[in-house]
Amino acid sequence: MKFVDEYRDAEGARALAEGIRRAVTRPWTIMEVCGGQTHAIMKFGIDQMLPGEIRVIHGPGCPVCVTPQEYIDSAIDLACRRKVMLCSFGDMLRVPGSAGSLLQAPSRGADVRTVYSPLDAVEIAALNPAREVVFFAVGFETTAPVTALAVTQARARGLNNFSLLVAHVTVPGALRALLGMPGNTVQGILAAGHVCTVMGWHEYVSLADGFRVPIVVTGFEPVDLLEGILRTVRQLEAGRHVVENQYSRAVREFGNESARRLIDSVYRVADCSWRGLGIIPQGGLRLRPEWCDYDAEVRFGRCENGLEPESECRAGDVLRGLIRPDQCPAFGTRCHPENPLGAPMVSSEGACAAYWKYGRRSDLGSPAS
Amino acid sequence: MCLGIPGLLVEVDPPTEFATGLVEFAGVRRRVSLACVPEAVPGDYVLIHAGLALSRIDEEEAGRVFEMIRALDPGALDEVR
Ligand code: SF4
Repeated sequence: MKFVDEYRDAEGARALAEGIRRAVTRPWTIMEVCGGQTHAIMKFGIDQMLPGEIRVIHGPGCPVCVTPQEYIDSAIDLACRRKVMLCSFGDMLRVPGSAGSLLQAPSRGADVRTVYSPLDAVEIAALNPAREVVFFAVGFETTAPVTALAVTQARARGLNNFSLLVAHVTVPGALRALLGMPGNTVQGILAAGHVCTVMGWHEYVSLADGFRVPIVVTGFEPVDLLEGILRTVRQLEAGRHVVENQYSRAVREFGNESARRLIDSVYRVADCSWRGLGIIPQGGLRLRPEWCDYDAEVRFGRCENGLEPESECRAGDVLRGLIRPDQCPAFGTRCHPENPLGAPMVSSEGACAAYWKYGRRSDLGSPAS
Repeated sequence: MCLGIPGLLVEVDPPTEFATGLVEFAGVRRRVSLACVPEAVPGDYVLIHAGLALSRIDEEEAGRVFEMIRALDPGALDEVR
């Protein structure tokens, strides 16, 4: 319990951990689906405070990690075209495509810019009328509203040189796919608090019901995570499976309705491929037909990049919660942050990066600083 | 990318088609979209996702979220700059 001592509410955290110990009578597997939560669990040693019966696994909660390689290849391909300026969130830059990352693309003649917001990319388009500005729209429901707003603004301002390469993914679609996979071991779910500030928790009701899994919307402080786990365990022990909202400080049932309207006005829910998981029915968002002139894949043509190459990276198994990062044979040996083999080690939100950073390296001695 | 960064709304810009305002976060001031929090007024704390304010929170929650982001991913705060 040495990590949680650094935390301001260590007493509260310990009391919750004690509550979990008292509540649990059988083994349970609980999945969290948020890169921020993964990192908080590792940093504060939440996993080590839990009784042995509770196994916490990390789902596909890192948006950068689940963006399929074919989209990174498409982004690089677009960025190499004359006139195109490819704008992206900084997180995406280091993720490997089949032939390098966006960060390495400028050496092949690509024009790649990091922006904090897609709204900044719209400004870049306004300032550079002779260029084609493409924003690489990745992320969950937390970034979809702002990319939707960006095209809305571009159209309202009459900017014809702005478009989106859309690779948005949605959490409920992925959870439905994971829970329905043969061999699924997940019995309870912590839903990501900040994603739910946008979408609310009403979408999870049918999932909890249909798959008979408790779902608890949870914040990402140690006390939040422990309380989310406690509430999940209590439901599991009582044979209940409803949606609870632990993070009511920020999350309401229907989330932010103007943000949801923005998403709906620009995007439709579509079958989409996730890295390592294949095509997930209703697993993402793509532009509606009335926005097709802002679709980079329509404007510049779809880039076909073929299949994902053979690699020893087990990102798919990590993202599905089938193995922990430290169970990947390459973890910490052939794969580490200086030489990442896959997206979950590259991304600051990735589960493999979290295990490395916080010293969950069973075979490698004690944690680094 | 999924965690909103908390900021203090210091100024709401005069109304245009797209509502904007000036937010102070992580020691810098930045113009963000208020399109999804039309009810926000100066003095409110908001959670901002890539330039768009998506929820109003109270001051205590803003402080807690800020501290957690600083502990987990300080790089996320630099990207704002
Ligand atoms: S440790 Fe490296 S190789 Fe293994 S799954 Fe994670 S990113 Fe892939």
